[in-house]
Amino acid sequence: MISTMECAADAQSLISISLMKIHNSRTQRGGIKLHKNLLVSYVLRNARQVYIKEKYAEIYRMQQYEEVMTVCNEIQELNPLDLDAEDAEDEEQAAAHARTSSAIFGCSPLDDGSKEPDPCYYRSCCMEPSPVPHCDQFTANSSSSSSSSHCNKTTVLDLDTHVVTTVENGYLHQDCCCCDALQCGQGARSPARKRKVEFSCCVSDVEDVSDFTAARKRAKREDCCYSNIDYTDTSNISNLISIFGSGFSGLLSRQADLEQICSKQVLASLGAWTRAIVAF
Amino acid sequence: MGGGENMGQLAQPCRRQKMQQDHLDVDPLFIRFLRTFKEVLKFVLFSYTVLFEPAADPGQLRSRARYRDTLSESLTMAGAGGGNSDVQWCFSQVKGAIDDDVAEADIISTVEFNHSGELLATGDKGGRVVIFQQEPESKNQPQCRGEYNVYSTFQSHEPEFDYLKSLEIEEKINKIRWLPQKNAAQFLLSTNDKTIKLWKISERDKRPEGYNLKEEDGRYRDLNTVTTLRVPVFRPMDLMVEASPRRVFSNAHTYHINSISVNSDCETYLSADDLRINLWNLEINDRSFNIVDIKPTNMEELTEVITAAEFHPNQCNTFVYSSSKGTIRLCDMRASALCDQHAKQFEEPEDPNNRSFFSEIISSISDVKFSHSGRYMMTRDYLSVKIWDLNMESRPVETYQVHEYLRSKLCSLYENDCIFDKFECCWNGNDSVVMTGSYNNFFRMFDRGYRQDVTLEASRENSKPRSVLKPRKVSTGGKRKKDEISVDSLDFNKKILHTAWHPLDNIIAVATTNNLYIFQEKLN
Repeated sequence: MISTMECAADAQSLISISLMKIHNSRTQRGGIKLHKNLLVSYVLRNARQVYIKEKYAEIYRMQQYEEVMTVCNEIQELNPLDLDAEDAEDEEQAAAHARTSSAIFGCSPLDDGSKEPDPCYYRSCCMEPSPVPHCDQFTANSSSSSSSSHCNKTTVLDLDTHVVTTVENGYLHQDCCCCDALQCGQGARSPARKRKVEFSCCVSDVEDVSDFTAARKRAKREDCCYSNIDYTDTSNISNLISIFGSGFSGLLSRQADLEQICSKQVLASLGAWTRAIVAF
Repeated sequence: MGGGENMGQLAQPCRRQKMQQDHLDVDPLFIRFLRTFKEVLKFVLFSYTVLFEPAADPGQLRSRARYRDTLSESLTMAGAGGGNSDVQWCFSQVKGAIDDDVAEADIISTVEFNHSGELLATGDKGGRVVIFQQEPESKNQPQCRGEYNVYSTFQSHEPEFDYLKSLEIEEKINKIRWLPQKNAAQFLLSTNDKTIKLWKISERDKRPEGYNLKEEDGRYRDLNTVTTLRVPVFRPMDLMVEASPRRVFSNAHTYHINSISVNSDCETYLSADDLRINLWNLEINDRSFNIVDIKPTNMEELTEVITAAEFHPNQCNTFVYSSSKGTIRLCDMRASALCDQHAKQFEEPEDPNNRSFFSEIISSISDVKFSHSGRYMMTRDYLSVKIWDLNMESRPVETYQVHEYLRSKLCSLYENDCIFDKFECCWNGNDSVVMTGSYNNFFRMFDRGYRQDVTLEASRENSKPRSVLKPRKVSTGGKRKKDEISVDSLDFNKKILHTAWHPLDNIIAVATTNNLYIFQEKLN
């Protein structure tokens, strides 16, 4: 019966509902349903686009530029690693914005550092203006994957083909040597490289659920430089959000207005309501 | 076809003896007229009996069905529709438990008539298949078509555990498809998420008795006591229906199987999961050919999945598959081994006015069915039924709104997961009416010819034998008329996802959560 339920049609609640659905689908009997989760991700994308637009419009209307700037700076001071990350990257302007601003969750892998596996603060949700400049850096980055002090790697296991794919800085990097590890009877686990996330529903047992899951969630390498990160209260939920956040790049449209929203001011304010999601 | 097996069904032309010419005082021309009239009358009566007499065996029925189809146009069968005001539906039977507490394993997950309509198969979430058989029409009640009674029940699939992926594989039967009958036994394909099985259902009404080496209970006899030899003979026994798995087709799908479809050549069939479609030979269970693969190299770029697939009813090289984006692709297997390139793509542009958070969800196609003629196909998305002409890819030829009043409730339906319900649809025997389910145990029929539609309800309240179903109406405006039900009072837990229409008669099977309702056309 729907009659008495007041429908929460605003983007914010839709996002939290969608994330809850994805969260619950992990423990469902019969494995993760690819179709349903794909549809939920579409809702998530739509809600996020609307939310970003609303927020941007609101900020723009406020015309309290400096005031928000100060707020931003305060947030940055709380997060020392932000500056480290920023130093390591010398990419173009948009990327820098992405690092330093706070956001709801990451987006496509082309978005450098959006998958910043830092649970204690927020990701950028902005898109790179264009993927072309990054392609140039592909060869440069791939060779320095292990040397980079700034770890942006996540590992995806395709259970179909048993190929482990490492996505670095947004680029695909087939990691076939991991296949041997798999055949050592470790099943579908990315061996010893997942970081246990503080969830009640462990990521670990979800990793080997299906390759869809693996594609959706990132196994984080333990040798990442950020292992010294302190978890904050919001880490649990932010992880959930961020874990989904590295979602389907194909779903994300390259709208010009989104690119322009990569501003500290907009994204700084998004932190407020993410704390509300902690409740679930 | 072409084997001449039809010939036996027709009246054997016999050498007519030339009648003795009677000496009559009547005009010979008149006699010739009478004889011609007699022949004409014989032909008319013959046609009548061929069409309407009950069949003795299924083979006869099948050939009669073909004959019937060709004649149906010229003979204009009455009541061929289902949604026009002339046809009234009345309750016939209901199967299943009465109590409201539904056991999860009893939830019906698929319903399918066989090609003659004599058998009706249902699959449930517990992996069981129940087959009902129609009783032959009795002479006492010629008005009533035969009732369906349980014919066979068997456990088709068991829950399995995939140790490599730490996944439990549900035993829920996703689809059942009958094979056309070729001999005395019946064959059907049933599938769960990962494995397809070919079942043979055969009757046994005789058993051999009089073995020399064994007693009747199976114990071996002491050879010293065998003094004479006899030939075992078949003696009649109580009818026993056996179901045995003849083939198991497994390990071919990484994702969840959503459709199976038997080819018109009766030798091959396809199985479709979220990203791939495989072609099998019914005889060979250790090999299948992948004919469609839409999995992207990078799963991050996944944008659509396959939701349903079906072979063309007449052309053995053609099949269609629908996607979660609302497109249908028609593929020709003669073009190439891998049918990733579609021959036709059917897609209707989205109405920008109706754009919402849930546009992608409600445009996802949950079922696709070819018409019996093969000229049209029908797709079901969340709110509507669309009929496509295979010759026109740009838009459907007909669109029927099933429950448009739910468009404003999409957010609530998303919260309670109802928006993900996968409704099926079906055609009637002569493709004039289509039927699909809705909520509150309502189901809808759309008559394509008369442009009428009707909403009926499957409930225990209307379960008196042969009681006529009253059309229901959902009030969408402010004012609610008497007997109308408001959108807010609809019970979204009572949904009809699976329906089936008898291939020849106006008999429908409608599955609520755990009950199967059978309705028949009211015959006067």
